Amino acid sequence: MQLQYFLLLAAALFCIGIYGLITSRNAVRVLMSIELLLNAVNLNLMGFSNFLDPQAIKGQVFTVFVITVAAAEAAVGLAIVLAIYRNRDTVDMEQFNLLKW
Amino acid sequence: MDLAQGVQIVSFAILSVMMIGAALGVVLFSNIVYSAFLLGGVFISIAGMYILLNADFVAAAQVLIYVGAVNVLILFAIMLVNKRQDFTPLKSAWLRQGATALVCAGLFVLLGTMVLATPWAISTEVATTSESSIMRIGQHFFSDFLLPFELASVLLLIAMVGAIVLARREFLPEITESTSVQQQVLTLPERPRELVPAGSDSSTLTSDRGAQNK
Repeated sequence: MQLQYFLLLAAALFCIGIYGLITSRNAVRVLMSIELLLNAVNLNLMGFSNFLDPQAIKGQVFTVFVITVAAAEAAVGLAIVLAIYRNRDTVDMEQFNLLKW
Repeated sequence: MDLAQGVQIVSFAILSVMMIGAALGVVLFSNIVYSAFLLGGVFISIAGMYILLNADFVAAAQVLIYVGAVNVLILFAIMLVNKRQDFTPLKSAWLRQGATALVCAGLFVLLGTMVLATPWAISTEVATTSESSIMRIGQHFFSDFLLPFELASVLLLIAMVGAIVLARREFLPEITESTSVQQQVLTLPERPRELVPAGSDSSTLTSDRGAQNK
């Protein structure tokens, strides 16, 4: 097993996440794409931690922190989506113009 | 963990095909419930990748947190939000999607060439496999990563309180000035609605509040 395989796989997952983040119109799917991005970053961190630093595994520590922040982000993001849905009665990203001048 | 090389490569291939397929399904399916379930598939295959990378604790945490908490939360949000509406089609939507796909493919090519061209300083020392990784992670948490660890706990508390405040019923400011009696009972002000009277206490409270509202 080589490091490059894992890095290529994480890069592919990251690009899929960016594609979903930009093109999807459902707000919940945007949050799911953000989770994909964070998981790609985690995969990178774990690959580096295993192949470059197997004694003091600091990449795994950072992965735990990223998982924590991702859980907090999911909770707050879904609450915001619920609040917007209650006010606007839609989850279409094209119809949110709340912060537009 | 010293699996044989062939076993590692085969399991890596299976997990990567599963992960990429499920991620494409998350992005491309039109039904969002299917996307949420496939997101669970992505998380589980990533946990398998972590096991291949000698990280047992983080794999278990991945399954517990992502599949058990985040995915269920997303499913709850979909069930609360899903109205089965069809979005109004935009004109030249294919142009946006094509441009985005092109940019993402370019980004992948760029990252791939960077990964393959960089000479990584891969360490040749073999990790001691007798000790589990959770011991070393715990030592990091309580020695040199103590401040981020505590900040993470504070962040989780803040996120929990913020999510509850955001997702609860909306705040109605004109009730708060008129009620002086209910300030002693420490309740957050919210819009009164027709509660089912569970007991005598709550029914008198709601009728009182309704009378004040009129």
